Amino acid sequence: MTIQFKSETFRDDFTFSNSPEAIRRFPFPFDKDEYMYAVNIEQHMPGPIKSPYEFPIDIDEHYVAEMRDRALVLKEDPLRCQSLPHMLTAEWDLVELLMESMAKNYPEHFELTREGDAWHWINRPLGIDQKFTFGDTSTLPYPPMEYITRQCQGDFCLCDQRNDDLWMDAGIVTTQADWSLDFDVGMSFKEWHGPVPLAHDIGVFDRALKFLLNLQQGRPVRRLNWTMTINPRLDTSPENYHKWGIDRTTVTPENVGNKVHLRVELQALWRLPRSNAIVFSIRAYLIKMEELVTIPKWGRRFHRVLRDLRPELADYKGLTRFRQMTVDYLAKHDDGAPTSPGFFPD
Amino acid sequence: MLVSDIKSRPVYKGLTVDDAARRHLVAAEGEGALAVLEAFGDAPEAWSRMTLLYTPGGSAPANHAEALQARAPDAFHLHPTRQTLMTRLRALLDTATMGTRLYATGVEGFIGQVVAAGIEHGVDHFSIRTEHRGSLARRVQCVHCKGFMDDVTVSPVTCAHCGVPLLVRDHYSRRLAAFQGVSIDAECPGDVPAAEEIFK
Repeated sequence: MTIQFKSETFRDDFTFSNSPEAIRRFPFPFDKDEYMYAVNIEQHMPGPIKSPYEFPIDIDEHYVAEMRDRALVLKEDPLRCQSLPHMLTAEWDLVELLMESMAKNYPEHFELTREGDAWHWINRPLGIDQKFTFGDTSTLPYPPMEYITRQCQGDFCLCDQRNDDLWMDAGIVTTQADWSLDFDVGMSFKEWHGPVPLAHDIGVFDRALKFLLNLQQGRPVRRLNWTMTINPRLDTSPENYHKWGIDRTTVTPENVGNKVHLRVELQALWRLPRSNAIVFSIRAYLIKMEELVTIPKWGRRFHRVLRDLRPELADYKGLTRFRQMTVDYLAKHDDGAPTSPGFFPD
Repeated sequence: MLVSDIKSRPVYKGLTVDDAARRHLVAAEGEGALAVLEAFGDAPEAWSRMTLLYTPGGSAPANHAEALQARAPDAFHLHPTRQTLMTRLRALLDTATMGTRLYATGVEGFIGQVVAAGIEHGVDHFSIRTEHRGSLARRVQCVHCKGFMDDVTVSPVTCAHCGVPLLVRDHYSRRLAAFQGVSIDAECPGDVPAAEEIFK
């Protein structure tokens, strides 16, 4: 199936929107009418056809525009992509994982030919045709992780495993929900999760870390996380918070449906074969409130989740200023009917 | 001992002498001199294998340098500032040999810079023995312009580099040896609460 890539922006004039098909395949993160932190990790198995879980790496209609936005972020701030020297093997592992997955599942867009270490990569949507020697950094125009992640949607972190802990020792992070790779590079699992409220005390990170230390090759896992963003801005980084934070004050009852977005992160983790590192991918999906309510079950459910969310979580996620206005908007789309179990539309 | 529930803040376990070390490379700031004196006591044998770097900082009137020097460390480097001490420490780490044990003591921002220099030289941070002494002032990095400020005792604090008023977050980076400062008025420009002296 050929994807029609949209021409759209995630900054300035914010022309991003979802097609009806993209709305229907949105990874809605609530399977109940309420939300609290949970480890919520499941096997990253192939999901329903056309869903974002169909393939290990999901490429969608926003691909080309998102890659343009990433290039803009990196041009302004090269520190968004960093890798400590011992992570080079893991970087090559990531090249293999992403190229293999993209070429296998989207053959009309990506093509990979391997003859020993002589690799040939074709990326048609971005117009790239690259022959290189696997393992030889001098044969690519960027370091390996940066090279392939400039061509793949989602942020990526590479975690080294040692001393019974995971260390975030490399990554490319341009579409983040307000955390800084530059600040967190080199941190252990619990250190980089330090600012998250409540979850430490209920043991979420102890359990998640124990689970991930035992992650096996060929058995990736995934989980969903969520927050909300004003305007379809991918680069909600702390680095630029003094520029985008003001957006949170611009929500009105008239524009709430168009300005307020649910932002869902599809987080997936793979064990890498050569380095024994773990790749942690964080793929962000955005949906406007007026798009969300076109799926009646989601409109009802998100109204209830947001209305009943604990204040600490609303604060941490930065929702406080526009939460009530959004709840009021969603209330008009909640007739009180029961919602069916599970994530998917009825 | 500094007790904290900040998950990303290192735990400073206190200086204890590694008897197996062939060389004690000790970096001390201010009141950290007292931690060195207490930990190494009057065992001449340990002092004879010590390279000691000291900068008095705000403790200059107490003249700890004299007390340190009186214990006759093998090499004693007295520095007027943290910056000059760090320059010397990096030079020593460049040529440090197997069996060298690194120690750091003083205010948190100083310990952090010593640990970061150790990491840059391939020293496992778990192996560095640290003890917090002196004030609770923080070293802060502005997340926006990436500028550092030493000895921050208040929050909010205006970034000395780019001028953005910063909330000092309870989030610490070992690699940068700093807490994170992030704009406090991004969502309400100009509405900056009065600075409170909370890191004394």
